[in-house]
Amino acid sequence: MIRLFKVKEKQKQNSLANGGGPPVKKQTAGELRLNKDFSELNLPQTCTIEFPNGKDDLMNFEVSVKPDEGYYKDGKFLFTFQVPPMYPHEPPKVKCKTTVFHPNIDLDGSVCLNVLREDWKPVLNINTIIYGLTHLFTEPNHEDPLNHEAAKLLRDNPDEFESNVRLSMEGGRVGNTWYTRCIENPYD
Amino acid sequence: MADFVAPPSRSRDLDKLLLRTGNLVGSNFEPGAELRDDLQEYARILVVGAGGLGCELLKDLALSGFKNIDVIDMDRIEVTNLNRQFLFRVEDVGKPKAEVAAKRVMERVSGVNIVPHFCRIEDKEIPFYNDFNIIVLGLDSIEARSYINSVACSFLEYDSDDKPREETIKPMVDGGTEGFKGHARVIMPGVTPCFECTIWLFPPQVKFPLCTLAETPRTAAHCIEYAHLIKWDEVHSGKAFDPDDPEHMKWVYDEAIKRAELFGIPGVTYSLTQGVVKNIIPAIASTNAIISAACALETLKIASGCSKTLANYLTYNGVAGLHIKVTEFVKDKDCLVCGPGVLIELDASVTLEKFINLLEDHPKLLLSKASVSHRGKNLYMQAPPVLEEMTRSNLSLPLYELMDKVAKDTIHVTGTTSKDGKKTSCLRKLRVVFKAIDGVTDMDTAGGA
Repeated sequence: MIRLFKVKEKQKQNSLANGGGPPVKKQTAGELRLNKDFSELNLPQTCTIEFPNGKDDLMNFEVSVKPDEGYYKDGKFLFTFQVPPMYPHEPPKVKCKTTVFHPNIDLDGSVCLNVLREDWKPVLNINTIIYGLTHLFTEPNHEDPLNHEAAKLLRDNPDEFESNVRLSMEGGRVGNTWYTRCIENPYD
Repeated sequence: MADFVAPPSRSRDLDKLLLRTGNLVGSNFEPGAELRDDLQEYARILVVGAGGLGCELLKDLALSGFKNIDVIDMDRIEVTNLNRQFLFRVEDVGKPKAEVAAKRVMERVSGVNIVPHFCRIEDKEIPFYNDFNIIVLGLDSIEARSYINSVACSFLEYDSDDKPREETIKPMVDGGTEGFKGHARVIMPGVTPCFECTIWLFPPQVKFPLCTLAETPRTAAHCIEYAHLIKWDEVHSGKAFDPDDPEHMKWVYDEAIKRAELFGIPGVTYSLTQGVVKNIIPAIASTNAIISAACALETLKIASGCSKTLANYLTYNGVAGLHIKVTEFVKDKDCLVCGPGVLIELDASVTLEKFINLLEDHPKLLLSKASVSHRGKNLYMQAPPVLEEMTRSNLSLPLYELMDKVAKDTIHVTGTTSKDGKKTSCLRKLRVVFKAIDGVTDMDTAGGA
C-alpha cells in the first residue's frame, strides 16, 4: 500500500503542473435535493414563489399565500423559507413576515405546523409545506394555539373572530396590536 | 551474540505488525523495514477535530508511528473539556484546541510533526484536503461529516468502465461517540458506502411542536425550548440567537426558569439548557478512547496494508455490559456524492436545449423535462415558472460555455423517467466529457483518463 503514496506524490505534481484540480465550489446534497423539489413543484393556485437572491440561491426563498376562501380570503401573506444545509434531514425554517391574527401563527411570525417540526420526514418536500401553509388559512385550528387570544375567539365566538380577522387584514387594531393592511386594492 | 545486545526499538510493537506477513494481511502488503520507514516518511494524515476524539486520535496516531500529522479544529478550549480532553490544562482554557493539542503531543512523542490549523473546515481550499493520504474524523456533527465526505468524494475519478481509479480514492476513517455508545467506520469512496449513502442511519432530531411549547409545556426541555425559540424572538426582534454566546445562553436559562415556575415544572438547570439548545449529549472519556483506538488502528491498516480493514461499520455499546458489532453496509449505486454517475460524451457545440433533448433518448437515463445544474449554478430549471423564466435564455447557449469551458465535469439533472409504465421523478449525476476541442484531449490524458 505504501507504494501508493509515492505514486500519488508523483501524480499530484503532474496534475498541479497541468493546472488541473478538483472543483472549487461545492454543491451540497441538500441543494441538489432542493433542485429536485423545485423541478417538480406544483404550486396551489393561491400561491406564488419568489427567489430574492436570484436563480442560484434556492436555499432562501419566499412564498406568498393568497387564500381564495375562508376567513382569510383576499389577504396576502408572505412566508420566508430558509433551507438548512442538512436538508432534507432537517426541515426548512419558515417564518410568516405578514403580521396576522391567526391561532396558529404568532405575532413574531412563528408558525405552528406539524410538518415544520415534529412530523417532518426526509421524504416530505417543499410542496408538502406549502400545502400545509395554505391549509392553515382555510382551516385555522384552535386546538393547537400559538396566538392564544385568536384561538380562544375562534372557538368561543367565530363571528367576532371573523370580524377581527377582516379588521386586521384591512389594516386596523385588534387588541393591543396594529396590523398592516394585507388586502390588495382590487382597482390596482 | 550481537543480536541480543541491540537496544529495544521504539517501534518494537509496530514491527510485529509491519515486518512479518500473516493470514489476514491486505492484498498489497509488503512487510519489511522499508515499509515501516516509508510509512513514517510519506504518509500524511489529517485529523479533523481536536476535541474528545481528536486528542485521543492524535496521541494514538503519533504512538503508531505516523510522523506527518495535521489537525484542524475551530474551537477554543473550555473548562468543561478538561475531564476528558487530556492534552489540555486549566491554563489552556481559551486557547485554540488544535494548537495546544499539536504542541502537547509533539512534546511527548519525539520525531512527530503535527501542524495545527485553527479554522473552520470550510475555510480551507479544497486542494488542501487532497494533500493527505488518509483523513481521520473525530467530529460531533452530521453536517461537518457530510462536508468532509463531499470534499473527499470530489477527488474520486472513475474510468470509462465506471470503476473507481485507485489513486483518486481518498480513504476516511470516521469515529463518533454519544455517551456510552460509539461507532468507527472506514470509508473508501467508490468502494465502500460513503457518508451520504447511509445518511438515513442518523435518527431525526426530536423537535417539539411549537404550540406545545407555547401553550402546554410539560417538561423542563419544553420550557427551555420555549425561551429559546419563541421568547427570544419576541424580545430580541431580528437578533439571531448565538448558542456559543454565554450571555445568550444565560438569558434563555433565566427565561426557562421563569416559565418552569409558572407551570410548576421542576428540573431546569443551566447545563440542561445548554444540552437542549445545543443538542449536547454527555461525553464519556472511555468511549472516546475505545473508538479512537479503533480508528487509529484502521488508519494504520489502510496505510500499511498490514491487515484487511474493518468492513465497514463498527458499533460499540457500553450502556449495559458491552456489545460490539461490525456491519457491512452497502453502497448506494446511484449516490450523488460517491457514485460514478452516467458518462456522457458531447460535442462542444451542443446547446443546453439539445443536451436536454439528448437525455430523453439516452438509454441509461430516458429522462424527460430535465432541469440542469452545474457546481451550484442552475443552468435550466423547468419549474417553477419564475425560475424557468430566469434560466430560459441559457437554452440556446452551448453547454460547454455554460460549464465555464471545463473539458470534463460533473453536472446534476432532475426530471421524470418512465419505469414499468410508471412515471417517477429522479435526480441523477452525469459525468460530461467534451470531445474534439483543441488542447482538451491533451489535458484529458495528462489527467490519466
